[in-house]
Amino acid sequence: MADPREPARFKLSSTGRGRLRAWVTRHLQTFFYTLGMLSRTPLASLLTAAVIGMALALPAGLYVLLDNVQDATRGWDGSNEISLFLSLDVDDGGAARVAGRLRDWPEVDDARVISRAQALEEFRDLSGFADVMDAFADDNPLPAVVVVTPAVDAGNGVAMEKLLGRVDSLPEVDFAQFDLAWLKRLYAILAIVERGVLVVAALLAGAVLLVVGNTLRLGIENRRQEIEIAKLFGATDAFIRRPFLYSGLLYGALGGVIALVLVWVCVLLLDEPIQRLTALYSGDYRLQGLGILASVALPALGALLGLLGSWLSVGRHLTAIEPS
Amino acid sequence: MIEFHDVSKRYPNGHEALRNVSLRIEEGAMAFLTGHSGAGKSTLLRLTTLLERCTRGQVLVGGHNLGRLSRRRIPYFRRNIGVVFQNHRLLMDRTVFDNVALPLIIAGHGHADVGRRVRAALDKVGLLDHARAFPITLSGGEQQRVGIARAVVHRPRILLADEPTGNLDPDLSREIMGLFESFNHVGVTVLIATHDISLITDLGYDILTLENGSFVHGSGMAG
Repeated sequence: MADPREPARFKLSSTGRGRLRAWVTRHLQTFFYTLGMLSRTPLASLLTAAVIGMALALPAGLYVLLDNVQDATRGWDGSNEISLFLSLDVDDGGAARVAGRLRDWPEVDDARVISRAQALEEFRDLSGFADVMDAFADDNPLPAVVVVTPAVDAGNGVAMEKLLGRVDSLPEVDFAQFDLAWLKRLYAILAIVERGVLVVAALLAGAVLLVVGNTLRLGIENRRQEIEIAKLFGATDAFIRRPFLYSGLLYGALGGVIALVLVWVCVLLLDEPIQRLTALYSGDYRLQGLGILASVALPALGALLGLLGSWLSVGRHLTAIEPS
Repeated sequence: MIEFHDVSKRYPNGHEALRNVSLRIEEGAMAFLTGHSGAGKSTLLRLTTLLERCTRGQVLVGGHNLGRLSRRRIPYFRRNIGVVFQNHRLLMDRTVFDNVALPLIIAGHGHADVGRRVRAALDKVGLLDHARAFPITLSGGEQQRVGIARAVVHRPRILLADEPTGNLDPDLSREIMGLFESFNHVGVTVLIATHDISLITDLGYDILTLENGSFVHGSGMAG
């Protein structure tokens, strides 16, 4: 069937016509071929995707949890106040004078006095040590407190520290406490947890790579004859690699979707008990699920991991197969 | 089209499959390669398709010195050759159509083009009605014809066959040989390895006989 006018010499490259179209055609063919291949063994494909899904769901779920804790505590920054505990020898009048002076400072928004009696009353109500406190009725051990609301932003650590130092050096002030210190500690703990989630995520991402790699290694072994025939008829390594890369990609993407569903189911299951809990703290908090961006990112990340896993595995195993 | 110059092939285990073999098959020729099993027929075909490289000498196919062909170019080189196997090596989990389409898919032909050429090739071997069937449902002769359709569907310049009639009765074998002749008539260079001398002696083509890795008689020239 050769055209006698053509020279005898073989052409050793793909035909030049419509390279882009040929590329698109090739990828579409491979995509549908791979889809067909996966759907021919639906249970096995689904199991593989489910393993990937669970591996992805764990870090994703932890991320959702962390995000919710951060979200719930964000509002607490508003209670941005400095408590000035005055010396015991400063009476209520002295305390009022200190507050009055502080109100004139540009970096102070407001200053209000909690008198020694008020402090005792408040402590009696909130601490549950009412009986014990009654013993101090005559000799109040609590100092007067001036609560300062700074005009500077709580996030501005340097300005905050400067203000704290300045009020602390007032002669009437015994010691000044920045009320957000404990929140800072909470954030520090959350940062550690966040790092932990990253480590878990990295480990499980590695697990996804191994799962995909191993699945494809078996797939390559099962289709050894096909690969040999394809190589005999001039298939390039890229051609043979392509359906495996696609199946890795599809496994990963499907795993990502499964992870998404799992996370949503968990959020739905937890939402009600958490609402009950927050109601007990006279709050109203609704558990947030994954945002739109994260919902897209999870399958995309799964697909990327699947692709990477298949790429690592296929490169190694395909070169071992030569036609005989 | 195919030239061997003093070619030797020694396997790592020390077995010397070919010894100083020279041959020349012109473009458009048809030739048979015979000899006992183990005489080196398969090795010669394997060297021609670059499944292996020779240890000494020079192999020229389609104007290319195969010793100088880089690994990257091998796939493109093979697309110029069609191969038929004794055990046909069809993919049993694919339809006849998909089996025959494989070389075209590999070469990157479009959907419509693939359909047209596969139907033409199946028509040529008389199996157009079985396009949707799975190879397992076909007889041995029909399976081999599917193998031949696959080998010619991409219009190769060379058609190689390794014992294509090995498992078939004489009538079917003659039918298969007739198919190869018809491809040769339209210009394809055909080289068939077979031990079935009685089948080929009357056909009037060159017969190259290998024994213990060397040609017995004739110079190995065909064409």
